[in-house]
Amino acid sequence: MTTPEKPTIQRIATALYRRPRLRLALLLGVPLLWMVGVYGGSIASLLVQSFFKLDSFSGTVDRSLTLDTWRDLFTGANMSVAARTIGMAASVTIASVVIAFPLAYYMARYASRRTKAVLVMAVLVPLWSSYLVRVYSWKLILSADGIVSWFFGRLGLSGLLDAILGLPGIGGPSLSVSFLGQFLVFVYIWLPYMVLPIQAALERVPRSFLEASADLGARPATTFRKVAWPLAIPGVAAGSIFTFSLTLGDYIIPTVIGDSSPFIGLAIYSYQGVAGNLPLAAAFAFVPIAVMGLYLVGAKRLGAFEAL
Amino acid sequence: MRRMVSLLAALALVLAACGSGDEAVAGGPLQEIGEGEGAVVIVAWAGYIENGETDSAYDWVTQFEADTGCAVEVKTAGTSDEMVALMTGSDEFDLVTASGDASLRLIAGGTVQEVNTDLIPSWSTVDDRLQSAPWHTVDGKHYGTPYQWGANVLAYNTDVFGNSPPASWSVIFEPTDLPDGATNEGRVQAYDGPIYVADAAVYLKSLRPELGIGDPYQLNEDQYQAALGVLRTQRTLVGRYWHDAFIQIDDFTNEGVAASASWPFQVNILQADGAPIASTIPAEGATGWADTTMMHANAPHPNCAYKWLDWSLNPKVQGDLAAWFGSVPSVPAACEGNDLLGAEGCTTNGFENFDRISFWKTPTEDCNGTAAAGACVPYYRWVTDYLAVIGGR
Repeated sequence: MTTPEKPTIQRIATALYRRPRLRLALLLGVPLLWMVGVYGGSIASLLVQSFFKLDSFSGTVDRSLTLDTWRDLFTGANMSVAARTIGMAASVTIASVVIAFPLAYYMARYASRRTKAVLVMAVLVPLWSSYLVRVYSWKLILSADGIVSWFFGRLGLSGLLDAILGLPGIGGPSLSVSFLGQFLVFVYIWLPYMVLPIQAALERVPRSFLEASADLGARPATTFRKVAWPLAIPGVAAGSIFTFSLTLGDYIIPTVIGDSSPFIGLAIYSYQGVAGNLPLAAAFAFVPIAVMGLYLVGAKRLGAFEAL
Repeated sequence: MRRMVSLLAALALVLAACGSGDEAVAGGPLQEIGEGEGAVVIVAWAGYIENGETDSAYDWVTQFEADTGCAVEVKTAGTSDEMVALMTGSDEFDLVTASGDASLRLIAGGTVQEVNTDLIPSWSTVDDRLQSAPWHTVDGKHYGTPYQWGANVLAYNTDVFGNSPPASWSVIFEPTDLPDGATNEGRVQAYDGPIYVADAAVYLKSLRPELGIGDPYQLNEDQYQAALGVLRTQRTLVGRYWHDAFIQIDDFTNEGVAASASWPFQVNILQADGAPIASTIPAEGATGWADTTMMHANAPHPNCAYKWLDWSLNPKVQGDLAAWFGSVPSVPAACEGNDLLGAEGCTTNGFENFDRISFWKTPTEDCNGTAAAGACVPYYRWVTDYLAVIGGR
């Protein structure tokens, strides 16, 4: 039965078949090297940097290990930058869920095949144009002489807009120079990343579950609360990872819209790019990493990774 | 004609070289310009060396390359720190367009070499006020040729201020009613770079002489805290701090900004669009910047580098660049007869205001070498504290 000379390719195949570990190493070696070497390595070097400090006289980095930089990080000013960013990320995420859920529910449950295709397109099309173009257009839309305030004026509601802008904390001279406007733009920009995972999760809820719930006498609200929502939670959590982390890391929108109050990304940029204070920038970079770490642990508990 | 010009230039170079032949200094600057090396590598700010790719009307590289055979290679840098790092870390660069904060550091570190002004025929055409400016002249030696300079002006809306420009920076620093009767709250802007602390110091210098502020870049702790106080008050007035020139242009157009610290660049563009914007330098004076083309101590292409130094002072180059950048030429002759710059270009960009400008330099702990360490607040603290001020702290 045995042929003395097997083709090389077959010998390799056999060798690989007999050695599963080698197979795995060949398959994952390069991606793993990338993840651990390039990605993990740069995070590690970032961590090491954060234990150096800036020499105040020469303005160069002093490469002896110290905790001074970490002490500098925990000042009121830096912490308020972090709180502002995390607060914005959280409110953008909540608002995205509130807006995206009904849309995703409609797309998954009621829309005809054709309508659904149109809606998916409508959600995705904005992603085809440049992020910068969209942000700059929003600046014009929300500006004092922009279409939104024109529209309020036409409806005779300028007083209402002024009252909203007069609110302490979120108001400002115009929508484009307020936290409120910044929040609107963030929600607009990241909304598609919330709609699609929720829709995917809802598609997987069998219709029979909802019918069974109704048959057992549950009213629509109860069915939603006890059946549809819990089964959609992984999708919501997955979407929230996108909206939360993208808002947390964004440093373009806060420079274009809003009152210039710094976000984490801007602070890191200033410390590194303007002051040449690489250690402090590195230490600050660990704030979003830590926040996202905690967030992912929470999301995993909610089953977010089952919906990806 | 072109060949004629280059012939004349070459002749001038030879004559200049002969003229300086008697001062032989071992290890000193080049004594005569030889054959070009075929290339010159320049570290420059973005937009400073244009070869017509961005806008075909703005090209001051192509002709130089044709005349000298030196191919120009540009490495753009975003910050002065980056420029210093590039120059100190490598021997592959010939020239750098260093601002006032970088130039002295480069000289002190021995990274750049003295230039022999006799080899630069256009040297005599340089503005007298710049020829021996302290940011490139040390112990009577010149370490480069002035390239361009400019002021940070107060831009204002003429619909709000009418025909009388604001006389003081106070319109953007203190809560006040503007000539149109409304408050300035939410209608003024300031620059979001930490160097803006110096603008507050310039304002305080005349407002509170008892603080004894001399150089706005050399502030002791008390003066620095007073400046931060001014900036905290300003935070309550400023809607948005500007960072990107084009965002500010949009804010003047669509947000009803009445006054702001600004650059001639934005003012020129707004005026070209017919916007009711003008600029002034108030009574207190202003901050500004001045850049110098400096030569690396180990420049690999010294002959081409000298040719570029001379070319960079060509009135046409200087005028075109000033029009492109909204800056002021280092050669007064450039102000006349330049189509791109226009008859009033130099005046608009601030030519008359040289004496009223505190030119930009990096604050250091030892007050730029004039005092003991710790006497002045260093730049990295300006960065942290100004970020906190903008964040409302």
